[in-house]
Amino acid sequence: MKINTFKRHFREGTKNLVRNSWMTVAAVGAVTTTLVLVAAFLMLMLNLNQIADNIESDADIRVFIDLSAEEDDIDELGQNIGELNRVEEFYFSSKDEELEALVEDLGEDGEAWELFEQDNPLNDVYVVETYEAEDLAGVASTIEGFSNVDDVDYGSETVDRLLQFNQYARYIGITFIAALLLTAIFLISNTIKMTITARRDEIGIMRLVGAKNSFIRWPFFVEGMLTGVIGSVIPIALVLGGYHFLYINLNDRLNFQFIELLPWNPFAWQLSLMLLAIGAFIGIWGSVMSVRKFLKV
Amino acid sequence: MIEMNNVYKVYDNGVTALNGVKTTIDNGEFVYVVGPSGAGKSSFIKMMYREEVPSKGHVKINHVDIGDMKDKQVPYLRRSIGVIFQDFKLLPKLTVYENVAFALEVIEENPRKIRRRVMDVLDKVGLKHKARFIPAQLSGGEQQRVAIARAIVNNPKVVIADEPTGNLDPDTSWEIMRIFEEVNATGTTVIMATHSKDIVNKIRRRVIAMENGQIVRDEHRGEYGYED
Repeated sequence: MKINTFKRHFREGTKNLVRNSWMTVAAVGAVTTTLVLVAAFLMLMLNLNQIADNIESDADIRVFIDLSAEEDDIDELGQNIGELNRVEEFYFSSKDEELEALVEDLGEDGEAWELFEQDNPLNDVYVVETYEAEDLAGVASTIEGFSNVDDVDYGSETVDRLLQFNQYARYIGITFIAALLLTAIFLISNTIKMTITARRDEIGIMRLVGAKNSFIRWPFFVEGMLTGVIGSVIPIALVLGGYHFLYINLNDRLNFQFIELLPWNPFAWQLSLMLLAIGAFIGIWGSVMSVRKFLKV
Repeated sequence: MIEMNNVYKVYDNGVTALNGVKTTIDNGEFVYVVGPSGAGKSSFIKMMYREEVPSKGHVKINHVDIGDMKDKQVPYLRRSIGVIFQDFKLLPKLTVYENVAFALEVIEENPRKIRRRVMDVLDKVGLKHKARFIPAQLSGGEQQRVAIARAIVNNPKVVIADEPTGNLDPDTSWEIMRIFEEVNATGTTVIMATHSKDIVNKIRRRVIAMENGQIVRDEHRGEYGYED
């Protein structure tokens, strides 16, 4: 496309926005409302994902070895575990190491456990990590069947429930976002359709004198994109400001090691960029959709 | 050259507008299309710039069948044809100059050439001095001259006019006809649907008369043939 033509399309697109100022306000409003809601959902969903990821990557299987097991038995069990193909890695932790870790974990309360150093009641343990958190249950039950295994623990209930919750949250979130976006596209397309009727003559004449459809479509493309971009300004400001506020006020209070919000930078910026792209996309789509029916030859 | 062979046009609402039309129009001809309202004149004309496609039969423009033509090719066909309407179809917010330049801008002609061509053609229709006016400031005849300028600014091979003098008084109509004759004199085919008995009988050219979707008369230097 020639530079002059491009300038013309841009000029026409902006002119139409200004000329139909009330319609522009309506369309921009639709984008803004949608994006604010989408932003809220995305913030929630992406943080939930992050939390779930943390838990998933922390999750492992603890295989408690029979107290009666000999060293050879322990080695054999280790070999068997190593042969399972969904196991990413595993290591052996002796009962002494286990006690040490427990004492450390419990801090001051742990001092009481130091008494047991002479007569350690804990088991030797294999700690097994799988590639996917979803594999934990399967691998755990296989290992349970091996000999010399006293017990297997992978925090089954908590992990299962969290994974499930996260799965549902994801589906619901995606459905909601899709519905919101479709509504916005519909609103924009209707708004622009109203302004198009006024431009019908112009489109008719353009076609009559031999303008290509792509040429006719371009100003609408520009108009839709600008609508979307302008509509994303307020949501982006809210994300940048609001998430900062949330992060500062919430993160310190959530003092669990595995629940940690995504850091403001770069998350807020990434989300803003995403909103900008979504805004432009629904603007363009809505606009191009509404012009389509005037272009049939 | 425009060829029509056994062309039928039935609209979705069941109206038969063309009922087996066969004719040939050579390059450089001047043709009046006459006949009562609803005889199919407009449909006949619309076939020529592919505003309509035939339900049956073939319409060929320079040996290309418009029925086979892809949508993408249509803009290029339209660039070789200038169309003029009874109601001018000018864009009210644009100046005279802009209205004419519009036809070259949308086909992405280079700006310097646009300026030269537009001023030339406005000179030809006698409106150079009103280039900065908007259509509402012009008389009907002047607006139609702007529309003609827009139609011919691209040097089309064919000019098609659907009752171009229908909204104009007789004196103004003659002015418009003078421009059409000049356009035709440069070798451009002119096809004009009209209800004007005076014009057809005075400026004698080929006359195609239509009734009920058929050509009932086709004569060189013919007469209008109907009472007003």
